[in-house]
Amino acid sequence: MTTGGRARDDEARTGKEFVRTGEEIATTPSPPGHALEHLPASRPDATDQDAHRLGDVDEWGRSERWREVARRAYDPIYRRWFRVEWEGLERIPTEGGALLISNHAAAIPSDAPVIMHGIETELDRPVYGLADHMFRDLPVIGTLWSRMGGVVGHPDNAYRLLREQHQLVLTFPEGEKGPAKTYRERYQLRRFGRGGFVEIAMRAGVPVVPIAVVGAEESMPIVARSISAGRALGLPYLPLTANHLLLGPLLGTVAYLPAKFRIRVLDPIRFDVPPDQDRYSRSRIVEEAEGVRQRIQDELHLMLADRRSVWFG
Amino acid sequence: MSGDPYRPRRVLVTGIGTYWGSRVARALEADPEVEVIVGLGVDPPEVELERTEYVRADASYSILARLIDATRIDTVVHTHLVVDASQMPARAVHEINVIGTMNLLAAVSAPDSAVRNLVVKSSTIVYGCSSGDPTWFREDTPPTRPPTTRIQRSLTEVEGYVRDFVVDNPHVNLTLLRFCKVLGEGLETPLTRALRLPLVPHLAGFDPRFQFVHSDDVVRAMLFALERHLSGVYNVAGDGVVPWSEVAAICGKRTVPLTPYGTALAARLMRPVGIDLPDEILELMRYGRGVDNRLLTAEGFEYRYTTAGAIDAFARALRLERTVGNARPVYRYQRDVETFFRHSPAVIRDPEPT
Repeated sequence: MTTGGRARDDEARTGKEFVRTGEEIATTPSPPGHALEHLPASRPDATDQDAHRLGDVDEWGRSERWREVARRAYDPIYRRWFRVEWEGLERIPTEGGALLISNHAAAIPSDAPVIMHGIETELDRPVYGLADHMFRDLPVIGTLWSRMGGVVGHPDNAYRLLREQHQLVLTFPEGEKGPAKTYRERYQLRRFGRGGFVEIAMRAGVPVVPIAVVGAEESMPIVARSISAGRALGLPYLPLTANHLLLGPLLGTVAYLPAKFRIRVLDPIRFDVPPDQDRYSRSRIVEEAEGVRQRIQDELHLMLADRRSVWFG
Repeated sequence: MSGDPYRPRRVLVTGIGTYWGSRVARALEADPEVEVIVGLGVDPPEVELERTEYVRADASYSILARLIDATRIDTVVHTHLVVDASQMPARAVHEINVIGTMNLLAAVSAPDSAVRNLVVKSSTIVYGCSSGDPTWFREDTPPTRPPTTRIQRSLTEVEGYVRDFVVDNPHVNLTLLRFCKVLGEGLETPLTRALRLPLVPHLAGFDPRFQFVHSDDVVRAMLFALERHLSGVYNVAGDGVVPWSEVAAICGKRTVPLTPYGTALAARLMRPVGIDLPDEILELMRYGRGVDNRLLTAEGFEYRYTTAGAIDAFARALRLERTVGNARPVYRYQRDVETFFRHSPAVIRDPEPT
């Protein structure tokens, strides 16, 4: 059995305007065509994927209409509650694919919506967020997550988004270990997985843009957590947050504390390797991943040293 | 093309009594270079066939080796794989899919077999369906989890046999086509039944992406594989994906929510009232599935329908049916009449279709 691997993807991507070389035409037997004649002739809408569509949900499940509604609802939270301030936004490419990497925090992470909202409103580009597939198991939340631009963190998805569709992709290499940190461990970055994000950026030939976020940790700090109780409920952990203590079990689950957000975009990192290789040096991947982690960690320390107040920045 | 040893001339179609077997045979009849078409099946053909010879066989094809030997078949189109678990008991599905394919492959690889082409109609069900799936499955993407439904297990076993067959028989050109959910005229599946209900069921809180292929494109893809001598695995699915709620909306239907917890139990309770949603469909209604169809389009195949186009065609058929009812004539196979038309010297046949 042979199947086309990645090497084939580039020519396959342009399926519709795929042009065969002279040699291929010579070696491919010309189809007799008789067998197909009784079937209807080509239809005008045969290749237009948007024909007959009623909604605008794209292949990833994201909907610009839903996103627009969400942006309008979220904007006051972004501007008035978190009072988000960006530095170095110009470092995010205005076109072409890029992998955005950030630190991850708060019991229910508040950083992903803030970063996505900020980039979409400031740069007018969609951002897809790669995340754990746990979201897809939750009714309503899973669907909303997907409509907002959430995509399962599968290497194939990242490759297609970055390499073939030249999109901005946001991911948090700490994974669930980031938000699971308790208040005492705040701003101490966890291991960056096994460096999968570096490998994806190498394969897709896109830069990694590190982003350091200050404020998310204090928006919903975890006082105590239980991994086993969480697992029983199908969650990665069950947190008890400061919000719960202050606002009660219901409001405390959904309401963030008004921590001041400062977000600093660092210089993009380009890996000097050819894209689309079958494999990349494992040691190089681990080293680069650790390098990115260290840069974000160092920047966080600088930003925290400058911060006078958790609430006013 | 007279010197082409792989040109299909004597073709055997399995499952002639099924939707796909009959339609593939009918399409093959239009090709004058195909001299002989033998249709093998438990049931007689579903559509009118002009020159296909119908051979009645049990589901596990015990007579196949003799048949292939006697007719010097050079091409086998294996359409008889069950992908809809609601049709029959698990035992029968196993018998048809796994045992049937095993016997078929054994007969095809017999020492004096003349078979050089084999097309197998599998399904994208083999990729499974779970929350950790990639958004698009490529032909070489492994399933995220081990098989969960009977149909998936059965088709996975079938593909295992096919894989072994390819290794053992390098002289046979084999194409394994994996089709996604099909919509088309006269085709009844659990999904089309669901879409015909006054209220279309959906899982509360879930609205996954569905991908469809039109039945015309299914038949065309199988013929395309034969004509171009494709070998290997190919996904066959319309371009694009459409959320289930939008599928219902294009069909002009409202939806009714099913419980997202204990869904299997709820589905079982609905079975007595005639709403049958097999496990495989329930999984799909939770997570959906998308497959990458670009390997086949890169070979030059052109789809006539996108996913949304196939849904629209189905919706049009629904609207027509609402007005005129199921008024189209239904074909009934009558052996004596068919034998007369095929073999009697009294019947004047067209010399050659042009």
